[in-house]
Amino acid sequence: MATRCQFENSNDVGVFAKLTNAYCIVALGGAENFYSVFESELSEHIPVIKTSVAGTRLVGRLTVGNKNGLLLPNTTTDQELMHIRNSLPDEIAVQRIDERLSALGNCIACNDYCALIHPDVDRETEEIIQDVLGVEVFRQTVASNVLVGSYCCITNRGGLMHPKTNVEDLEELSSLLQIPLISGTVNRGSDVISAGLVANDWSAFCGLDTTSTELSVIESIFKLHH
Amino acid sequence: MESSTFQPHATQGHVLCCLCGCNIMPNPSNMCVNCIRTQVDITEGIQKQVIMLWCKECGRYLQPPKHWVAAQLESKELLTLCIKKVKGLNKVKLVDASFIWTEPHSKRIKIKLTIQAEVFNGTILQQSFVVEYVVENNMCPDCNRANANPNSWIACAQVRQHVFHKRTFLYLEQLILKYGADSNCIKVNDIHEGVDFFFKTRAHALKFIDFLQSVVPLSYRHDKQLVSHDTHNNTYNYKYTFSVEIAPICKDDLVCLPAKVSASLGNLGPIVLVTRVTSQITITDPHDLRSVSLDTQVYYRHPFASLASGRNLTSYIVLDVEPINRDGSNVAWGGNSQTGGQAGRFQLAEVQVQRESDLGNDTVFFARTHLGNVLKPGDVALGYDLATAQLVGLDYEAFVAKGGTTPDVILVRKSYEEKRRKRRERGDAARTWKLKQLEMDVDESKTRQIEKEEADRERFMQELEEDPEMRQRINIYRDEAVMAEKNLLGSKKVAQDDMSDDDSDAPEVPLEELLEDLQQLGLDEKGDDEEEDEDMNME
Repeated sequence: MATRCQFENSNDVGVFAKLTNAYCIVALGGAENFYSVFESELSEHIPVIKTSVAGTRLVGRLTVGNKNGLLLPNTTTDQELMHIRNSLPDEIAVQRIDERLSALGNCIACNDYCALIHPDVDRETEEIIQDVLGVEVFRQTVASNVLVGSYCCITNRGGLMHPKTNVEDLEELSSLLQIPLISGTVNRGSDVISAGLVANDWSAFCGLDTTSTELSVIESIFKLHH
Repeated sequence: MESSTFQPHATQGHVLCCLCGCNIMPNPSNMCVNCIRTQVDITEGIQKQVIMLWCKECGRYLQPPKHWVAAQLESKELLTLCIKKVKGLNKVKLVDASFIWTEPHSKRIKIKLTIQAEVFNGTILQQSFVVEYVVENNMCPDCNRANANPNSWIACAQVRQHVFHKRTFLYLEQLILKYGADSNCIKVNDIHEGVDFFFKTRAHALKFIDFLQSVVPLSYRHDKQLVSHDTHNNTYNYKYTFSVEIAPICKDDLVCLPAKVSASLGNLGPIVLVTRVTSQITITDPHDLRSVSLDTQVYYRHPFASLASGRNLTSYIVLDVEPINRDGSNVAWGGNSQTGGQAGRFQLAEVQVQRESDLGNDTVFFARTHLGNVLKPGDVALGYDLATAQLVGLDYEAFVAKGGTTPDVILVRKSYEEKRRKRRERGDAARTWKLKQLEMDVDESKTRQIEKEEADRERFMQELEEDPEMRQRINIYRDEAVMAEKNLLGSKKVAQDDMSDDDSDAPEVPLEELLEDLQQLGLDEKGDDEEEDEDMNME
C-alpha cells in the first residue's frame, strides 16, 4: 500500500526515513505528523525508531540496511549508536563503518539478498557489507550515474530505476538482482528515485507531489496491492 | 580491427508521463509535451494585441518614435515592423513568423509566431501563438504638411540663358525627357528667358543641377531663406534657391575670343564660329578648320560673349566653290589633333558668293569656308555679313585696335529654305516624326509672344533635321497618323516625284532613327518590317 506524505513540507521523504522489512528509522524533529504516518502503517509489525545520525536528520541518505543489519557512517556519534543499538531487536547487527564515501544511503542500494554499490567503495567496506548485511554485492552504475543508492530503490519484490536507464541495462540489472525492474519517476517527474520514495515488501511511502500515474507504477512494480 | 572501445548498443527505454500516464521518452521534466503545455505557458509575458498606426494618404506605417515605413500587406517589411512592435520577445527565442490572412479592409493584421523557451530544469519547449494587430488611421506629418500648404516647395532651380531665343531650353526639355531627370520635380514654370524647376528636397535640386551640368555649360549660385524656426529643437526650415545661368553661347554664333584665350589655344584666330554646345563648347576657325573644345571651367575662367548670333544672318547665293586640298590629299582634315573629331564633316573651300539682296549687281565676295563638302554653285547659304555689320564687343575692339582684320563674309550653314518651300507647296510638309513635351506651367499674365515661340520651335525642328549628331542625343518618335497619311498619298505621287527627287532635297530624319511611341500604340511594339509590309501592300 503506497502512502503519500511530507516531512516538514518537503516531498523528499527518502532523505528523512529508512524503511526495511524488519525496522523503520525516522528523523527527529518537526511535526509529529510524519512519524505518526509511519507509525500508523507500520508499528504493529515492525519497530519505528526516531533518531538522528551524525547530528543530522538525513537518516535516509546516511544509513543503509536490510533485515539482517544496519550500517552507519563513521560520523555517527556514540550516543546515537547506543540509542539505535538499544532500540533495534538483537538479531539486527548494527555496525559503524569507516568509509570515505560517508553518505552510505547514496552509495549503496540493497534488499535482503543483493546490493548494488558505488564503483569507488573500498574493498573492506564491500566485505563488511557482505558480512553484516548478508548480501551479494555488485559494483554497478545506474543510467551512467555512480550514485546507485540515490537513483534506484529496490526491495525483495521489485525495483524502480532512474528514468533514463536504457533497456539493456535494465535487463542486465534485473538478471543480476533477480527481481523485475522498471524505470520511472517519483514526485512529479523527479528522477532521484530514492530521495522521494522508501519501500519494503508490503508498504511504500512517497512525497505528496507524486502523481497517481507514478503511484500506480510504484504499486505495480513493488507488488503492493493485495 | 576495432578502432575504439566497444560501445554496446543502447536503446532508450520508455517511461510513463507522470501526469497523464502515456508512454514517452524520458526528458528532464518527465512529462509529455501536452502535459507540459498545460502546466506552463511560455507566451505569458508577450503582448498579444498591438496597435499600429497607418497613414491613409501615403500608405505608410509608423515605426516609433518617428520613422514611417512604406509596406504592402503581407510583405517582408511589414513582418519585420510587426515583430519589432511586440513587447516581451527578447526573453524568448523566435523561431518562425508568418502572416495569417485577414480581409484587407478589416484593419487587422494577424501573425503566427513560433517561440522556444526553457521550462523546468532544462526542457526546451516550442510553442506557436497568434498576435493580432489593430491598424488605426493616423496621418503622418509629411502628408499633414502637404495637405496644409499644397504645392509648397523646398528647393527651386531657376535656369536662365540671356539670349534672344529659347532653342536651348527646347533641347534641354528633350534631354530631360530622355533621361528622366524630371522625376523629382513638383512643378515646372516657363518664364521669360528661362525655366523654373521646383523640388521637394535640396538633394533633388542638386541632383538635377548635376544632370544639367553634364549637358550644357553653366554656372550657378545657391541661396537659402529661413521659413520657420523651432526654438525647442533648434531646427530650422529653409527654402533653397539655385540660380543657374547657362552660358550665352549658342550653336552657329560668331565669337571673338579674348586675346588670352586665343593665345592659350595656340593662336586660334580670334574670330571663330561655335559649332557645337554640349557640356563643352566647340569652336571652329573657318579659315584653317581648327576646332577646339572648351570645358565649362575653361570657358568661365575667361568668359566671352557672342559677337553675332542667328538673328543677324544674311542669305548668300553661292556662285563658285573651290575646295582647298592640303598635302595633295583629297579631303582636308584640318591638320592638327585639336580638331575635336569634327574635321571629317568639314571641308575647306574658297567660295564666291553674292548677297541675295545684291542679285544683279557686281558685288561679289570671296571667302573661305568650312562648308566645302555641302555647298555647290547655286546653293543658298547663310552667313555673317562682316563688311556691313556693326560689331560691338571689348574683345573685338581690342582685336581691331591691334590691327586685326576680319573677312567680309563668314558662312555658317547651308539654307534649305527654298527646298522646304517647295516641299510645302507639294503638300508634303508634315513631318513624320514628333517630339514629346514636358508639362510646364506658363505664365499667362505676361504678354506671350506666341509667334516667336512658334518660330523658335520650327527652327529647332529644322536644326534636328539638319544635324544627325544632335538627333543622337535625344529621343524622336514616329507620328503614326502622319505616316499613315503619307503612305496613302505616296502611292498617288509616285509618278510626280521623278523630277524633284534627288539627293539635294531638304534633309529629313531617316526612318531608322525614329522610336515607337509606346503610349500611343498601346502595349505591343510594331516592328519596322510591318511598316515595310504595309508599304508593299500599298504599291
